[in-house]
Amino acid sequence: MTAIHSATPLREIDVTDKDSSPAHDRSTAPASPAALGGMDGSAAARASSAFANVRTVAGRELRDALRSRWFLLDTLAFLGLGLAVSFVSSASAGGLGLAGFGRTTAGLLNLILLVVPLMSLTAGAGTIASERERGMLPYLLAQPLARWELLLGKYLGLLVAMIGCLAMGLGGCAAVMAWRSGTTDPWSLVHLVLLSMMLTAAMLGLGVLVSVIARRASVAVGVSVFLWLLLVFVTDLGLMAGTLAFKLRIETLFVLAVANPLQVFKLWSLSSLDASLDVLGPAGLYALDTLGAGLPWLFASVLAAWVILPLGAALVVFSRRSPT
Amino acid sequence: MITIERLVKRFGRTPAVDGVSMRLPAGDSVALWGSNGAGKSTVIRCVLGLFRYGGSISIGGLDVRRDGKRTRRLVGYVPQEIGFYDDLRVAEAVRFFARLKAVALPSVDEVLARVGLPGQERKRIRELSGGMKQRLALAVALLGDPPVLLLDEVTASLDAFGREEFVALLERLSGDGRTMLFASHRVDEVKALARRVITLEAGRIVDEQPVHDFRPALRREHAIAGAIGSPRADSSPATEVRP
Repeated sequence: MTAIHSATPLREIDVTDKDSSPAHDRSTAPASPAALGGMDGSAAARASSAFANVRTVAGRELRDALRSRWFLLDTLAFLGLGLAVSFVSSASAGGLGLAGFGRTTAGLLNLILLVVPLMSLTAGAGTIASERERGMLPYLLAQPLARWELLLGKYLGLLVAMIGCLAMGLGGCAAVMAWRSGTTDPWSLVHLVLLSMMLTAAMLGLGVLVSVIARRASVAVGVSVFLWLLLVFVTDLGLMAGTLAFKLRIETLFVLAVANPLQVFKLWSLSSLDASLDVLGPAGLYALDTLGAGLPWLFASVLAAWVILPLGAALVVFSRRSPT
Repeated sequence: MITIERLVKRFGRTPAVDGVSMRLPAGDSVALWGSNGAGKSTVIRCVLGLFRYGGSISIGGLDVRRDGKRTRRLVGYVPQEIGFYDDLRVAEAVRFFARLKAVALPSVDEVLARVGLPGQERKRIRELSGGMKQRLALAVALLGDPPVLLLDEVTASLDAFGREEFVALLERLSGDGRTMLFASHRVDEVKALARRVITLEAGRIVDEQPVHDFRPALRREHAIAGAIGSPRADSSPATEVRP
């Protein structure tokens, strides 16, 4: 066994000159905080340290995701389904009211609406809850790492992984379709990828909120699947049923629709593909009449709120809850 | 180095720690002694800022509640058992925690050699034994050479041989001018590492004494074993004695 006394002491990166050796005499009375920890308490140093921690945690999360099976399976499944949908969309040309849309893009839209929220919600739901279950969370928080740094780092790492998954899936679709038929409009796909990234950012934030609340990873994933069902199916069906049963006014219907990030994604994608929005019927016409050119701003604001609010709530809950 | 004043921590209505105060000057080594649920681990977790608590805790003059991140830079922590990321290689784990601690690594091998794990950096963590994982946790705790070590029943999950080696390793560290606060159930460990022993019961300090005066009350079964002729009932490395 190597003798500890003989080992060269490790050097801290940001030690001050007078404390450049950590082998200073610890048996004396407590030194100044800076000397004790080699820490500069200035705002700039704190910001730099926070940024470094977020980057470290995000890097770890990204590497974990890239190594994990879920990332590979999600990417392959997304690519496979995307290719299948693209072939079917292009094969069943015309006669479906899709005139004016990039057919491939319109076909992929529905796939994204189903798959991306599910992937993002479950990935987010696993992140903190699984660390807690494994007993790693208190250990991580026992390091010089603020809770918000850990949460934000994990969120950003997962977001980059998800964006990579989307880019590979949709990019693969675009490449194959362009090679096969030359009918794919690359710009409509690029737009769809960008909107999908915003959607995944929002759903991931919601998943992370579930993750900090749930004690167990299995519960977190279960709740996130329930939320997915709620957002994908129940709200759509609820809006239809509500419109019929309560004879909702068109403005109420529109407000209820844009409260759902999935609907916002759909509306925004469609409005960017077909500026008339008449495919959405009266609600689309009402939106165009009322907001006109301001519509993208509304959509962007709603999606931004769906990113910020769940993440903010997750941070509040995470900072108050015991990590054990 | 560590000052704890009127520390109170409740889980629901149950007080886990109730009005605990202690001072550990730099270089001191204090064992927290007590049965399960006495509040030993809770005190350590409060010092790390993992729990919200009443009272005050400071490390090196910094308030744990207000400057949690900076105080944790002064601390190396080894828990009872650690769920390191199994797929990670040992070197990756060390580098990850070194980055979190803002420590420049001369070489991972040197860090591992300090705790008797030379040449293990390519191994995946799942390939390590329990004792090796604890050594890895100790290597991580020593990154940046922190002036304070917090150890929470670090040998509880080790076998007798692993425990003996680990305690020997810690014994060398305790003579290094480092301040140590640790929770333990084991007399041999306490006698090897501590200068003072603080006994907790139901979240309160019931006794405090220098380690050479420390005579833990034996549990009935150990007392019986001693009475029928086991001469080392309270000194065997594997003996667990509870108050």
